[in-house]
Amino acid sequence: MDILISGLLLGGTYALIAMGLNLQYGVARIMNLANGEMLVLGALAAFWMYSVAELSPLVTMIVIAPVAFAGNWLIYQLLLRPLVKRAKTSGQLEVDSILATFGMSFALVGIMVAIHGEYFTYSFLASPFDILGTTVALNRLVAFLVAAVIGVGLVLWLNYTRPGTAVRAVSVNTEAAKLVGINVPRVSAIAFALGGAVTVVGGTLISTFITLDASIGVIFTMKALIIVIMGGVGDIRGSIIAAILLGLVETAVATLIDPGLTLVAAYVIFLGILLFRPQGLFGKRAS
Amino acid sequence: MNRRKMLSRLSTALATVGTASLLTFSALASDTVKIGAVAPKTGPLAGGATVTQWPTVDLWVAQVNERGGLKLKDGQKKIELIAYDDKTNPGEHIKAVQRLATQDEVDFIVAPYGTGFNIAAAPIYAKYGYPQIAVSAITDKIGELTERYPSLFFTLGSTTAFVEGVRDVLTGLRDKGEIGNKIAMVNVADAFGIELAEVARPIFKEAGFELVYDKSYPLGTPDLSPIVKGAKASNPDAFVAWSYPPDTFGLTEQSIIEDFSPKAFYTAVATCFPAYAGKFGSKINNNLGAGGVNPDTPKMKAYRDAHKEVTGKDADYWASANTYVSLQILEQAIEGVGELDREKVTAYIKANTFDTIMGDISFDNQNSNKFWTVGQWQDGVFRGVASVNVEGAVPVRLKDGWK
Repeated sequence: MDILISGLLLGGTYALIAMGLNLQYGVARIMNLANGEMLVLGALAAFWMYSVAELSPLVTMIVIAPVAFAGNWLIYQLLLRPLVKRAKTSGQLEVDSILATFGMSFALVGIMVAIHGEYFTYSFLASPFDILGTTVALNRLVAFLVAAVIGVGLVLWLNYTRPGTAVRAVSVNTEAAKLVGINVPRVSAIAFALGGAVTVVGGTLISTFITLDASIGVIFTMKALIIVIMGGVGDIRGSIIAAILLGLVETAVATLIDPGLTLVAAYVIFLGILLFRPQGLFGKRAS
Repeated sequence: MNRRKMLSRLSTALATVGTASLLTFSALASDTVKIGAVAPKTGPLAGGATVTQWPTVDLWVAQVNERGGLKLKDGQKKIELIAYDDKTNPGEHIKAVQRLATQDEVDFIVAPYGTGFNIAAAPIYAKYGYPQIAVSAITDKIGELTERYPSLFFTLGSTTAFVEGVRDVLTGLRDKGEIGNKIAMVNVADAFGIELAEVARPIFKEAGFELVYDKSYPLGTPDLSPIVKGAKASNPDAFVAWSYPPDTFGLTEQSIIEDFSPKAFYTAVATCFPAYAGKFGSKINNNLGAGGVNPDTPKMKAYRDAHKEVTGKDADYWASANTYVSLQILEQAIEGVGELDREKVTAYIKANTFDTIMGDISFDNQNSNKFWTVGQWQDGVFRGVASVNVEGAVPVRLKDGWK
């Protein structure tokens, strides 16, 4: 029971890390290597507002989400749209976007170091909460609940609304989406901006229970990449399930075998999925 | 005089003027003492270096320049600081030192931040003859390294001394009958944590302690609750974590949540950071951690006040002071020699005793045997409770829950 609950909570954290990248990579076709830095930016905002104005990270989260949406929309239009326009193949766009966002990640780290080069440490909702006999941290539980709301919201939006369907169409086939009258550049920009906003929201929540610093983004980018690839590029359900799976396995291994083996376990599942289902859990086989 | 001759004269004259102006330029440039500093501003160790190392370096430069500069035989010279970010990458660090030595031509360099960096970069400091007064470096290879690199100095102690400090604190409590002999020990699975855990196992056993929980966890583990739950289930008298800053914060927070509060609770790096008390407030009263200072001596008080005033930040309660001490040693050695001769300055450091904020410091085989090993948060101040040859240790208190 302990393992199940702790594992689910950790899975929720992982989902927060990965859902944004899935939208950006799966729909907008931008392999965003600055994803982790975006997350840390959210964490920095939460920390900053908390230490300067004692503002609850939950308030910061609500305030920062539209700002992040606008910011990421601008990044897409100004920085990435030209790459999309000039790319002749999807492979070329991938290489270009990796290089561009890699550069962007350094710029973001530099900006954050200039604002606050030390650890982002503060205490928020760090109190015990009892679920079915298992003690969990309240801040982790809150993060899990928000992750669940975002996850379910995204799945419903993508599957049961017209704009959501358009987003999925672009994710399946850019060319065909154009043919049925979908404004692909606009949908891509929205997906990228939405992905960025989800990541920033994740950052504000994660900062309440993990001590971050300006340079730690790359660790989150790696984790997000693994989860997105495990779950299948372009399918939000895949990312959520992969995140929960990873959380459960890591917690089980840490509790039952040895905490030193959590990374090993994570990579073993990753390798297993790559070997037997290279397109990911929910991915479609390339035709 | 024909035209050609005139032209050649003219060009010679121009060349002479040019050379002369170059000379005056370089004479002007050497009106300062150039000091280099390479340490992380980004990367995994940046969070620690921006607390412990960078502000103290800035403070020292500001203070020396405020009093008119370093006193040399040919007059007083101000310090010009040239700082580079090594991005927590040893390769970058070595490149930056090379650049400082060959292009910026700095006179001295502040030692690197971190054990691995001090060891990895020692050959390049030695190659250019820069005295390297290492601070944030803890290793059991001090003898071997100082023999190989004649300009390398250590000031923060060895791994064994570090572990022995913890052992002495715990044995002291046990001998008074205040705790039993069960220890739960965890470590971060990286060079620092692994070395400490390996040294600690036999030392704790020899002292008659029983390790009831002994696990490692990878650097950057997002959820430390399984470890804290495991440690709690082993019902220990003392908890010892050879941890890095993010996990020091994480283990402490998780222990508060799980209400895991053994009578002795020790976490390693960053326990001495002001941010640790900032995050947890009074809950961490009587927590043990790596390092310590005696904040009550007038000199230490003056240093801590100046640190706050000049950099706007509080100094940590451990290696911030040691970093300042290393710079005081460099300053006094340069002024003692009276010139910027690195070989003479190195020899001066080996031969003399220095008056610092931690008292008199001298080197025995390039190692200063005067450092704090364990500190404890007592009513908002992290005080040294165990040391090697430093005075002012206060008695250890028992932890009594998270309040």
